[in-house]
Amino acid sequence: MLKEEDKIFKNLYNNLGSSLEDSLKRDDWSNTKELISKGREWIINEIKTSELKGRGGAGFPTALKWSFAPKKIGSRPHYLVINADESEPGTCKDRDVIRFEPQKLIEGCLISAFAVNAHTCYIYIRGEFFNEGAKLQEAINEAYEKKFLGKNACGSGWDFDIHIHFGAGAYICGEETALLESLEGNKGQPRSKPPFPALVGLYGCPTIVNNVETIAVVPTILRRGGKWFASIGRPKNTGTKIFCISGNVNSPCNVEEEMGIPLKELIEKHAGGVIGGWKNLQAVIPGGSSMPLLPRETCETIKMDFDYLIAVKSGLGTAGVVVINKDADIIKCMARISRFYKHESCGQCTPCREGSGWMWRILERVVKGDATHKDIDLLSDVTKQIEGHTICAFGEGSAWPVQGLLRHFRKEIEKRCFAEPVIKKKRKIPYLIDQHLLESKNAKNYDKQ
Amino acid sequence: MTLKKVHDKQPEKFEFTKENLELAKNILEKYPKNQKKSAVMPLLYLAQNQNNNWIPLAALKYIGKFLSMPYINVYEVATFYTMYNLAPVGKYFIQVCTTSPCLLRGANEIVKTCQKKISKNESDISENGLCSWTEVECLGACVNAPIIQVNKDYYEDLDQKSTEKILDGFMNDKPLQFGSFRNRKSTAPEKIKSKLNGAEDA
Amino acid sequence: MPKITINNKDIEFKDGMTVLQACELAGVEIPRFCYHERLSIAGNCRMCLVEMEKSAKPIASCAMPATEGMNIKTNTQMVEKARKGVMEFLLTNHPLDCPVCDQGGECDLQDQSLYYGFDKSRFKENKREVKDKHMGSLIKTQMTRCIHCTRCIRFSTEIAGVPELGAIGRGENMEITTYLEHSMESELSANVIDLCPVGALTSKPYAFKARPWELKKTESIDVMDAVASNIRVDSYGWEVKRILPRLNNNINEEWISDKTRYACDGLLKQRLDKPYKRENGKLTECTWDEAIDLISSKIKETNPKTIAGHIGDMASMETINSFKNLLNSIGANNYEFREKPFYINPKNKINYIFNSSINGIEKCDLLLLVGANPRHEATMLNARIRKSFVNKKLPIYSIGDSGNLTYDYKIIGEKTEDIKKLIEGENEISRKILNAKYPIVIIGESALELKSGEFILEGIKDFLFKNNFITEQWNAFNILIQNASTVGAIDLNFLDIDKKNNFNFFDKLNKNQFDLLYLVGSDNLDFVKKNEFIVYQGSHGDRMTQIADVIIPSPAYTEQDGLFINLEGRLQQCIKATYPPGNSLEDWKVFNLLNKRLTNKELFKNFHQLRQETLKQVKNHSDFNLLPKTKIKELQQKSGEFKYPFLGSLRSADQRVSYIDEFITIKEVDYYFSNSIARASKTMSNCRAERSKSFKNKTGS
Repeated sequence: MLKEEDKIFKNLYNNLGSSLEDSLKRDDWSNTKELISKGREWIINEIKTSELKGRGGAGFPTALKWSFAPKKIGSRPHYLVINADESEPGTCKDRDVIRFEPQKLIEGCLISAFAVNAHTCYIYIRGEFFNEGAKLQEAINEAYEKKFLGKNACGSGWDFDIHIHFGAGAYICGEETALLESLEGNKGQPRSKPPFPALVGLYGCPTIVNNVETIAVVPTILRRGGKWFASIGRPKNTGTKIFCISGNVNSPCNVEEEMGIPLKELIEKHAGGVIGGWKNLQAVIPGGSSMPLLPRETCETIKMDFDYLIAVKSGLGTAGVVVINKDADIIKCMARISRFYKHESCGQCTPCREGSGWMWRILERVVKGDATHKDIDLLSDVTKQIEGHTICAFGEGSAWPVQGLLRHFRKEIEKRCFAEPVIKKKRKIPYLIDQHLLESKNAKNYDKQ
Repeated sequence: MTLKKVHDKQPEKFEFTKENLELAKNILEKYPKNQKKSAVMPLLYLAQNQNNNWIPLAALKYIGKFLSMPYINVYEVATFYTMYNLAPVGKYFIQVCTTSPCLLRGANEIVKTCQKKISKNESDISENGLCSWTEVECLGACVNAPIIQVNKDYYEDLDQKSTEKILDGFMNDKPLQFGSFRNRKSTAPEKIKSKLNGAEDA
Repeated sequence: MPKITINNKDIEFKDGMTVLQACELAGVEIPRFCYHERLSIAGNCRMCLVEMEKSAKPIASCAMPATEGMNIKTNTQMVEKARKGVMEFLLTNHPLDCPVCDQGGECDLQDQSLYYGFDKSRFKENKREVKDKHMGSLIKTQMTRCIHCTRCIRFSTEIAGVPELGAIGRGENMEITTYLEHSMESELSANVIDLCPVGALTSKPYAFKARPWELKKTESIDVMDAVASNIRVDSYGWEVKRILPRLNNNINEEWISDKTRYACDGLLKQRLDKPYKRENGKLTECTWDEAIDLISSKIKETNPKTIAGHIGDMASMETINSFKNLLNSIGANNYEFREKPFYINPKNKINYIFNSSINGIEKCDLLLLVGANPRHEATMLNARIRKSFVNKKLPIYSIGDSGNLTYDYKIIGEKTEDIKKLIEGENEISRKILNAKYPIVIIGESALELKSGEFILEGIKDFLFKNNFITEQWNAFNILIQNASTVGAIDLNFLDIDKKNNFNFFDKLNKNQFDLLYLVGSDNLDFVKKNEFIVYQGSHGDRMTQIADVIIPSPAYTEQDGLFINLEGRLQQCIKATYPPGNSLEDWKVFNLLNKRLTNKELFKNFHQLRQETLKQVKNHSDFNLLPKTKIKELQQKSGEFKYPFLGSLRSADQRVSYIDEFITIKEVDYYFSNSIARASKTMSNCRAERSKSFKNKTGS
């Protein structure tokens, strides 16, 4: 369990106050100038040592991403864009960082921007977080007053401005290129990659896009050293992470913990246990809705970090843990997630546009008991036809949860699929309609019965 | 997402008020001079705020001209994002999160309560004209599920009873203070009896 | 050159190519819906997925830049599975109403589903229904068929320059729409029909007219304007069912204007199919003999000096040449092709063509319009200007208000004084031209119609020559000709000018000094008839038939072979696709008949002879479909072509070129009604009505 002193977000629950003055007491901005004066190389190196991986879901090494930005500012300015479009079901960590630890984020922005040669930073907050955005704006204003931002920010010699840009209800804008499109005033439809944003991003300029939590931990890492951060967790899965535990637990909460904490400990110690007890646990979605769920047996032993979860064919994602107990209808729950993806698909590319709705419709039929056994294989085919064929990772995000369901709960689904074959119910099917069903195995079986 | 319905009764004209014009100019300053288009989203919000929480087509045209971008692009943006209302909503626009984490904690009950208290169908404005409700996708406060968002505020940790109270408040034009309805401090864990349950089973 | 491996074959490719293009080099065809050579890359249909070594996922070949050492495979199971998957998704919400769809037989989705489609549908849910959109009288929509490739959107914003199409909503409910549900305000709008890979956007006038496999296809050229876009004429029996663009990268790329495409229903209406003569003020049918007798006797009794000939905007060079031969044979030398008095200088070819060439527009780095509206006067050329504007931010200036073009331009003056200053090298634009490497100056007919027309043409030419912008390598001097027949007519010297007067014909016409006026397809001539005897020979009953005394039916451009020289001097052939209605005779045969009646001699033995003699007269001729030879060096040596120093010559009394300080108005072309075929076309008049309606709406609100 993470020691209290190793916690980065000491004000996660707003016990200490979120104003600039309160933040200063927590060491924010204490030696920013000094950190910056050590230079770009040093900053990136420290982050490299810390093995910090992006906290937004994909888990891309942050130092590596930064190193993609051109070393010198060319004819085009560089931008830093903070992705605060937190919309992954099961995830609500960035909201707390923005509300209660805004100075960590702002300081992180300055340092990271310096590291990637950016003078301007846009923070893209989801539109629903209006009050949180207002709070962040207040914090930014405070920072400007103290000359932590603006010309010669914090005495570092680096000019730096932060602007907030509100989204307006589109999950897909959490995808970095969709976010940039949205910021440019277009529909949030992801771009084809390459080119990657680090070279051609916002307004065609080199742009680094990072998650709120990633940037907010940067100052502390630099202050306490990359080695300290790397000492928490295990290699390649280092540091602390805010976990959001929601769903059927007794005490849903956000908690900062070390990487690699056992899932059971997380649920039992921090979230007050599964409603109805551990035995009543049905499944856990370990990393936000996009990650395949894990059945109870796996939950027993699994530890929460990138590599452990990949080994069980899931992923850490955003570390939004959704607990589903046996009182809940797991298929209905996953059908709802499918509906979410159908609703949020940007509609740009074919597999996702047509496939996400199809998956949802099949799952809905399963829930209602209108599906046939054949539909299960069909569903599995559809997920595979989406996965890997889309412009952005949304395709995977929508297909994986369904694949997870099929992987671990196929029997449950099969139990619900008793509507077959269609011919059984409607004997008087007009000629020419659904004739192919007559060939199907199920129909033959029916005939024998 | 079904295609947004555009209101059939549209005002002829739309213009920013003086204050909003000033705000719009400030917004433009956030973005590079040759990238005025970036301001389309904040300006749509501005128009929505000015016009009782919905955006008439005239405003889309106005913003298109204001930012010298084609009208169709403004229209595309306004229909792509869910938070822009192209038809009137209630003074209190209640958005019920029904995505899985909220669903697991009883969002359905809240929807039912809305149907009972406000209007049978989604998006219909209540008889007294004060409220309308809609189902929305994840609002990003899953730990405090189930939640509703009313205009800009989050009402968290709800159950059927508290929802009824909240909705009564809106229907009588006396909104309750937003925040947690279990007296909980932000997203901190609650110390409750359930702890025992967990211990037993473990 | 870098190398790429495609299906184990090494292929060299050019930098900047995509994987898809490299695959094409290797002879591997990649299925695609959203990708189009001339549009920006969207990468959204996902049909072009291929396997790349070291990549776990298949990649979209249309969006992936090819790089050295890539190893691409297009024939693996993974690729086939991916494409089949995408195809199934595309078909889930596609209505499969091919039997009643006009796209059937030329539908990309139909073709590709043959290779990648399943034989039965696994999609049991209800299909999506999308409301049809109103896109004007040219485009029929059936949006349920749409597969969201967004080609139409990209075309309207990128090529047409009228961002009026968009995709609203998101996810599976995304819909392609125009906003006000009115027609697209573009002269190129119907190209989206060709672009649409499915039957979502089809041709309204052609709806349910024919199936593509029943049509006879003839490759020809267009004569609606002087650009001479390359077209394919699809006909069934004698009827021209539709006209489609034909790829020609030098001229129209693969687009054509709406007028080119849709004026074709005018070929079926208002047609002259028999000779007529006027008796007691009324036109009555007559036989060919009667008509020829009447004309020949009139010619015999008229003083040749008062006989005049005028040819129309769509006459082929053979028609002009044989007509000229006829007139010469009867001793008449008043003939003209111009419909309005604009200054021309026929001495050398560079004086009346678009010397920089249409391709040159993509090379140029500064463009100046002088009294021209290319959007309506030469639509396809305008599209090329826009292309250059979009691709390289070409700075465009105009002297005179050209109205709404499809790109931004700066009006730098509206008076001839501004041109004078330009010639004198005194204003900013002169300096800008001097600083440019490949400038283009385009002089429109409106400018040449001014009293200072000669001053403008000669002055600008001299300015450019003096500053080395008229050379073998680059010729910045351009005249924007409006009519298909013009350049050919000037080459054939079918005009009546002398040193003192450029407008002999018009002067005589307006003074009613002609006794017999022979009009060949000429309907746009503006004059008041008094006692002239008017012979009209043409294809359509249009303006001039109302005042004609004898009418001779002749074929339209799709019904006889002919040579045309386009505005850049490219010689092309118009091919006979169908036959004319009734008993029309080809123009040259009519002249042959008349000449035989008058002189007992035939003008030409056969069409071949006529063509050979016509070809001999083409100036600076190089070959078919090529630009004319440049002969700048010869010009330099010959004195008199350039009046340099021009302004000096202004001052010398004997060579005074008239200059008046006047306002430059650019005459609005009635775009949808500019010739007799378009005027007979119902589609064109619908378009015209729609456009004026939307114009009223705009000014009204």
